[in-house]
Amino acid sequence: MAIEVRIPTILRTYTDGAKAVTADGATLSDLIVDLEARHPGLRERIVDDSGLRRFVNIYLNDEDVRFLGGLDTPVADGDTVTVLPAVAGGMR
Amino acid sequence: MRFDSLIDSVGHTPLVGLPRLSPSPDVRVWAKLEDRNPTGSVKDRPALWMVEQAEKDGLLTPGCTILEPTSGNTGISLAMSARLKGYKLICVMPENTSEERRQLLRMWGAEIISSPAAGGSNEAVRVAKRLAAENPSWVMLYQYGNPANWRAHYESTGPEILEDLPSVTHFVAGLGTTGTLMGVGRYLREHVPGVQIVAAEPRYGELVYGLRNVDEGFIPEIYDAEVLTTRFSVTSADALRRTRELLHTEGIFAGVSTGCALHAALGLAAKAVKAGERADIVFIVADGGWKYLSTGAYEGTLDEAEGRLEGQLWA
Repeated sequence: MAIEVRIPTILRTYTDGAKAVTADGATLSDLIVDLEARHPGLRERIVDDSGLRRFVNIYLNDEDVRFLGGLDTPVADGDTVTVLPAVAGGMR
Repeated sequence: MRFDSLIDSVGHTPLVGLPRLSPSPDVRVWAKLEDRNPTGSVKDRPALWMVEQAEKDGLLTPGCTILEPTSGNTGISLAMSARLKGYKLICVMPENTSEERRQLLRMWGAEIISSPAAGGSNEAVRVAKRLAAENPSWVMLYQYGNPANWRAHYESTGPEILEDLPSVTHFVAGLGTTGTLMGVGRYLREHVPGVQIVAAEPRYGELVYGLRNVDEGFIPEIYDAEVLTTRFSVTSADALRRTRELLHTEGIFAGVSTGCALHAALGLAAKAVKAGERADIVFIVADGGWKYLSTGAYEGTLDEAEGRLEGQLWA
């Protein structure tokens, strides 16, 4: 068992083009460390010294982790983590 | 109801219950029908507030040109206001927006400048900012950064909801400029202890995010995360499914972004039922489905409709 991580197009250069990869960890932070071990270079595109990068959104089962526990949010087998760049609304 | 002019009739929209989609008598879901505004969308409120604030500030005088990055509803609302008040309007919009929107804008007399599809609204904002810098006499109201956008909802939408439903526990709206959530959210938080303000963010297909660089994202200037309780990302498949569900079970013909908000609202409703709590959940019907007919959102199977929406900005 593992956690599915959906990768946006722009970061798939780090995952050999894969749209989704798997990783493990007890928290989002651990998960990102494991992701980095499997796909070197990915971590620094997602987080920086201050935490989650400003224009990167991460969703745990479709809920924005900034409103959960941020990088300390617990994750578990069967969860889906989605990484997306922040975009402006559509038809505004 | 009688009004002195079309502009005076903005707002005062119905709040209707959804007896079939509400899970129980204690957990009820309510739709705020913003498609009942003069040009058919929630955007009539911020458009009017922004124009009248600019008039008060002396920025807009008769004959002025208004410039705005908008892929639809705000442009249509501004075009109506501009026509009635004697301004010229130029809209910057992504080229992958529906033909109905372009026709509507031209109909009210607006000029359209297209921005590349791949950049979505981010790119339209960039192009508009550049044009504004090149043409200092043009007035950009800039809905993403204009406090009059959220104030429209703080002063009108929020009070209307509270007056119609003092027992409101949750407010859900789509996240675009964030104006609706910021305005209604601030108002309700001041008047309803413990109220939850929940954003439903459209998750588009690959094409829309395709060329986004994670270092060059966009967050509207008026966005303040403190106002929100939480934020959900809703796929186009879920938004489409809920849009059709709303039509089939409650008879409400809404645009696809409404399905996005409804999906989050029903998720909260299910959570309340599970927790054994009472809930009155209000969500925004941002516009009717008319402008999306050509997208094929309402025809064929969901998979077919989703395929047709791929690469389009649907909210």
